[in-house]
Amino acid sequence: MKEENSFIRGIKDGIPICLGYLSVSFAFGIFSVENGLAIWEALLISMTCVTSAGQLAGVPIIATGGSFIELAATQLIINLRYSLMSVSLSQKLGKSVKMADRFLISFVNTDEVFAVSSGKEESVGKKYMFGLILTPYLGWSTGTLLGAVAGNILPAIVISALGIAIYGMFVAIVIPAAKRERSVALCVCVAIALGCAFTYVPVINRLSSGFVIIICSVAASALFAVLSPLPPENSTEEVENND
Amino acid sequence: MTENFFIYLLVIAGVTYLVRMLPMVLVKKKITNTFIRSFLYYVPYAVLGVMTVPAIFYSTSYLASAIVGFIVACVLAYFEKSLLTVAASACGAVLVCELIIKYVIA
Repeated sequence: MKEENSFIRGIKDGIPICLGYLSVSFAFGIFSVENGLAIWEALLISMTCVTSAGQLAGVPIIATGGSFIELAATQLIINLRYSLMSVSLSQKLGKSVKMADRFLISFVNTDEVFAVSSGKEESVGKKYMFGLILTPYLGWSTGTLLGAVAGNILPAIVISALGIAIYGMFVAIVIPAAKRERSVALCVCVAIALGCAFTYVPVINRLSSGFVIIICSVAASALFAVLSPLPPENSTEEVENND
Repeated sequence: MTENFFIYLLVIAGVTYLVRMLPMVLVKKKITNTFIRSFLYYVPYAVLGVMTVPAIFYSTSYLASAIVGFIVACVLAYFEKSLLTVAASACGAVLVCELIIKYVIA
């Protein structure tokens, strides 16, 4: 099997991802500072996690002094999808990728990096992957820093408008998938309905946000994994979804 | 500094990394169990749904501006515009809406 192994082409393929990350991590930076984190704390979180949804769910837990178990469980559930992507990507890696390289590549195996590398015809080599993860990583870190700093400078009305950015991105991921697959649309509706119950119904609304995310998404996903399972393996390429 | 920040950082970064790293290093075979594959397929969408609604309605200064931003995002997302376009347009809609609330209505 041919192998794509150009560092420069990796960098180029990473640029669109980088631009998208700049805007989203900018919003994350603002969000973190608004929640009470220091600028360097927000930056360190982005540089060590490189995951939008996980970080967004994690920051309120950290800022309010939530339990470590809650934080760990939230991250496990929200990021569980990466396990599937890592399994899938591991079969796509070419011969030039040694065991040690996998420790680095998996660190920045985000939804978009995964989507781009699995879209390649050939297998992907070490240099290509290093290029592909470099630009998005820089975009993610830089954007966070800029957002965290700008959060202290920008006028309140602009901060308010930017507050919706990350959610806008989530909408942009969910709606197209929901449009194509009825089961995805229904699953999302069930998850949201459960989430709203945990937000507005007395007594159960005391549960913290991290656990609400876990309970609702696990329940809805398990329900639809039973009601509407994927077709058996090897009939389809199950490489979908981007963050 | 946030209390216990470095322990939190270790937990959030550690779990995120292990979830990505272990399968890539350990698993060589494909997952064939239909329930697990289906479950993992739905998880990201369910998670994003729960995280977005109702939180999006409290993400700006006014409920009204958030609703407008949400509708703009939904419409653009339905026509499959890029993440950047959808997010930026939602922000723009909120900004316009809040300027109107502040300077025209109030």
